[in-house]
Amino acid sequence: MTTHLPTFDYRRPTSLGEAVRLISSGGSSTVVMAGGTDLVPKMKRRQLTPSTVISLSRVTEMQGIRYQDGATTIGSGTLLREVVASRLVPEPLRLAAATVASPHVRNTATIGGNLCLDTRCNYIDMPEGWRIANGHCLKDGGDTCWVAPRQERCWAVHASDVSPIAIAMHTNVRLVSETGERIIPLEDLYANDGINNLTKRRDELLVELKIPSIEMRASYYKLRRRGAIDFALVGAAASFALEEAGSAEDVRIVLTGIASAPVRVFEAEQFLVAEGLSPGSIVEAAGIAGSCVRTQDNTDLGSRYRKWMIPVAVQRVLEGLAMNTNERSADRGTD
Amino acid sequence: MVSPHLVVGERHPRLDAMDQTRGAVIYADDVAPPGVLVGRLLRSPHAHASVVRIDTTHAQALDGVIGIITGEDLPTRYGILPISQDEYALALDTVRYVGEPVAAIAATSATVAERALALIEVEYEAMASTLSLRAALEEELPLLHGDGVGRNVHRSVALEFGDVDGALRSSHHIEEDVFFFRGNTHAALEAHSATASYSPQGKLTLTSSTQVPHYVHRTLEKVLGLPSGKIRVIAAPVGGGFGGKTDPFSHEIAAAKLAMLTGRPVKFTLSREEVFYTHRGRHPVLMWLKTGFSADGNITAVHFRSFLDGGAYGSYGVATLYYTGALQATTYRIPNYRFEGVRAFTNKPPCGPKRGNGTPQPRFAIECQLDKASEALGIDPVALRLRNLVEPYSSTVNHLRITSSGLKECIERVVAASDFDARHGRLADGRGIGIAVGSYMSGAGLPIYWNDMPQSEVEIRVDRGGGVTVLSMAADIGQGSTSMLATVVAHRLGLRMEDLNLVTGDTDLTPIDLGSYSSRVTFMAGNAALDAATAVRQQILSVVGRKLEVDVADLELAGARVFVRGDEESGMSWSEAVQLTIASDGPLLATGSYRAPELAGPYRGSGVGISPAYSYSACVVLLACDRDTGMVEIERVWLAHDVGKALNPLLVEGQIEGGVYMGLGEALFEEQSFRGAHHRGPSLLDYKIPTALEMPPVETIIVESDDPEGPYGAKEVGQGPLLPVIPAVANAIHDAIGVRIDEVPITPDKVVAALRSAERGRSTRFGPSGVPAFEFPEITRVEPPVGFGVT
Ligand SMILES: Cc1cc2nc3c(=O)[nH]c(=O)nc-3n(C[C@H](O)[C@H](O)[C@H](O)COP(=O)(O)OP(=O)(O)OC[C@H]3O[C@@H](n4cnc5c(N)ncnc54)[C@H](O)[C@@H]3O)c2cc1C
Repeated sequence: MTTHLPTFDYRRPTSLGEAVRLISSGGSSTVVMAGGTDLVPKMKRRQLTPSTVISLSRVTEMQGIRYQDGATTIGSGTLLREVVASRLVPEPLRLAAATVASPHVRNTATIGGNLCLDTRCNYIDMPEGWRIANGHCLKDGGDTCWVAPRQERCWAVHASDVSPIAIAMHTNVRLVSETGERIIPLEDLYANDGINNLTKRRDELLVELKIPSIEMRASYYKLRRRGAIDFALVGAAASFALEEAGSAEDVRIVLTGIASAPVRVFEAEQFLVAEGLSPGSIVEAAGIAGSCVRTQDNTDLGSRYRKWMIPVAVQRVLEGLAMNTNERSADRGTD
Repeated sequence: MVSPHLVVGERHPRLDAMDQTRGAVIYADDVAPPGVLVGRLLRSPHAHASVVRIDTTHAQALDGVIGIITGEDLPTRYGILPISQDEYALALDTVRYVGEPVAAIAATSATVAERALALIEVEYEAMASTLSLRAALEEELPLLHGDGVGRNVHRSVALEFGDVDGALRSSHHIEEDVFFFRGNTHAALEAHSATASYSPQGKLTLTSSTQVPHYVHRTLEKVLGLPSGKIRVIAAPVGGGFGGKTDPFSHEIAAAKLAMLTGRPVKFTLSREEVFYTHRGRHPVLMWLKTGFSADGNITAVHFRSFLDGGAYGSYGVATLYYTGALQATTYRIPNYRFEGVRAFTNKPPCGPKRGNGTPQPRFAIECQLDKASEALGIDPVALRLRNLVEPYSSTVNHLRITSSGLKECIERVVAASDFDARHGRLADGRGIGIAVGSYMSGAGLPIYWNDMPQSEVEIRVDRGGGVTVLSMAADIGQGSTSMLATVVAHRLGLRMEDLNLVTGDTDLTPIDLGSYSSRVTFMAGNAALDAATAVRQQILSVVGRKLEVDVADLELAGARVFVRGDEESGMSWSEAVQLTIASDGPLLATGSYRAPELAGPYRGSGVGISPAYSYSACVVLLACDRDTGMVEIERVWLAHDVGKALNPLLVEGQIEGGVYMGLGEALFEEQSFRGAHHRGPSLLDYKIPTALEMPPVETIIVESDDPEGPYGAKEVGQGPLLPVIPAVANAIHDAIGVRIDEVPITPDKVVAALRSAERGRSTRFGPSGVPAFEFPEITRVEPPVGFGVT
């Protein structure tokens, strides 16, 4: 029954250069910590026992929100509380960030930590004694995924509330390591694998998000049990460009809480590009999303219910968008 | 003008309100004697296994480990009920659930203690485990208690009052349903904590977050083999009990034993995970209920079967089993009644008492079924309830004595306040309103262990300056029992609450009170306090009467003065009167006590359910249900509660609101559930207690029926208000969307499943389909009380 943190070395670099140096010289048992709201509970549960923890909280290059070169740039170390409150941040992103956890958590949690959030599952996010008693799962050093024992992969779920809206809004992220840096679409940061869910190298830091100023409507709908604290049962973000700028690439529907990565529902996106947004096409697109995405019994309320909720979430987020653009009066918001 | 009634009935903040607000209350985990060691428990990873060998050598060798004990160090069995002495503080040779304590460590730090746990080697021999009611009652599996294989039945009961079959045969309408209440846990904010120290003179002191210092005291006496005078148990202020701190626990006994062995104080504070394994929460109960009605809606007979999943140990379970069948008759007049029940042992953390012990489950079943019957009979649900109400000052078919009852008024007032008649069946699709009622005991009529002594004693001491100290073992678990004692005594003595000193919950200092369970404290300790205060009052008045040469009957005690009625300037101050009394009679102290009247009926098992008085409640819930997601949003709750007399309306409202909160959590969110032998989520992220955002406005309505035996007419309010909330939610959901969810908690997946089934033209109900094949014992037939008219 462990209730205390394991012991580790603690480093607090104040510059990005120092941070990336520490990481590349640290071994595989070195981890970085931003707000720690995901990392620290995992360490208490002994899902992780790193030898060194590098805190990013004092790295100035990771702080702050600014508008620059036609994009909103948000430092990865920006607190979710600040994201929610900032007028520089596009509203759909602020509203999505406001659905993360609770005010207490958002006071400490960062947007970078949210995007790099580890995948979650009923069998992994458990106390140590529980995992010993149940038998360690694949992600936990065992050899079986308890969710789907006959398959050879881990099905743990991507749970970020910010990633879907950020992807829908064409966000790029800047990754920096000691050897260089690159900017990639946020979408490409993720891999649909519960264990290796991030495509970035271990020694790369996510330094900032860049949200381009494209004329678009975007919205996020989060279905959750309680009005605070809970992760999404299903989360759906959608965006589309305004008519004058509209083109086939510009409709996006992104789901969270379903697979090991954010899921883009291309079939539904393409359908909407072809059909346009109408009450009828929304229902049909939602149906398409429901039929082409699978769920597993690995978070709250089981897979069947969450499968049922995919079209509901997609329909609601699209209705919210339609309502915004067409000034059509509808009786439901997007939460 | 000095008002003679200046305390009872007034709104007073709790005496500890300011300390609570400032964080100044010393909870059990705040206790930090010098040199205190950190205790940790090693817990079983197996649901059912023999403990073959435990080797602690490596752990012992770790620097900073001061003591380790295992089952062999505490080989005496105990249990809260004399009939269920089935627990060991640390598993002796068998573990029966994942998380059961196996060994205990005292070390110089938490880090060392936790490291040492991993170094204890335990060899287990796993055996097949029993994980469901059906497995326990239908399959041949290794027995949890006893050798060999068989049915894991803990206890069963079959009682019949009147002629159920005959009455059902001649009934106009019969409702038959199966319901399942999945069970949940207390989730008190404060995790259990206990600190023990042992003096060189051989005195053991245990400070614990417990609701029952007296029962912990008795258990320590038994398990440690110490005389009772060598044990002092102090009940620290409890940060939420709800029945979860009403058993003697492993960590309390281990702390005591390790303190004795090491000579140093030892503290155990459970982690949140451990609290879920310690459990003793709401039993999962599967229920089959068959009720007959006459054409005009009178209940003719009830046949009720309950199947309880008890977990691995007895705890209060035998009482819980009987409670599932006992209190149905206190709200509605049931002329013929058959109750069959069984409690099973399963390899899961033990269930026990949670707020309403054994009664929310059948209350859910009865109140939902009444609504179904109301539809079938074409009688409005309020009218159907009103026409079946038990009369005040009557007797039930199962021999419960009913005194005051304000149930009719409770119903009428919630119906009026909520505009129920105009709304029920008439709201827009997706919105609904539902009603239900409930009733609970004001203290169990009998103590847990058989004895002839009072159930509660209070002592009052008055010092020479007029200072008053009230001593009672009643444990304040946040319900405000200490303030209640102050209210009663201050009112009787014409003083203010804040003038009194209260000493509570300490077995060395305070006279007995059996503990804070079964809603007994206001009724029993309150009466004992009134008794003691009356003695002090009489003594003072008679001395002052002699001095002033006036008749005692003409004297008044109010506003800290003793005076001749009608002339407040006459007489003397309270402190002068006290000094006069001490000069005349010697030390001014008095004791008072309470013992419930003899109430047991003429049958075995009649001891459960009897109470000197019953509280009554009625609840209306207004909600919205999202047809697509199945999510329910509670818009408003009205709850009327007959508390007899509100000694302090502020605290009564607090208890009602808390009961509503807990009821809503049980109705919609909370579930202590397992995947096989493993808890589905022993954390407050996974165990969904409602947040402040889920809590709707609550309109509380206090009904006062003035109970003839309650202190100043008061009855209970700690548990009763929870009961009607759960079925009122279920009934409102049906009103909103036309489907029946016959299983608690009513989670969104069940709602959507029922709606989808209804859309396809199939069942409009979600719930269990049947009950296990179990042969109940032969029915014991009991004559209804004399004069109980059978229709
Ligand atoms: C009770 C509770 C409820 C929660 N509910 C939600 C919810 O509803 N929705 C939701 O999305 N999340 C939720 N979370 C998860 C988490 O708190 C948030 O996602 C949070 O934003 C994580 O940010 P952090 O700064 O605390 O991350 P950390 O815990 O510091 O880090 C998370 C991970 O990201 C890595 N990391 C952090 N920063 C960087 C960086 N700059 N570059 C590379 N890697 C990095 C860390 O190494 C770590 O692996 C919840 C957590 C708790 C405890």
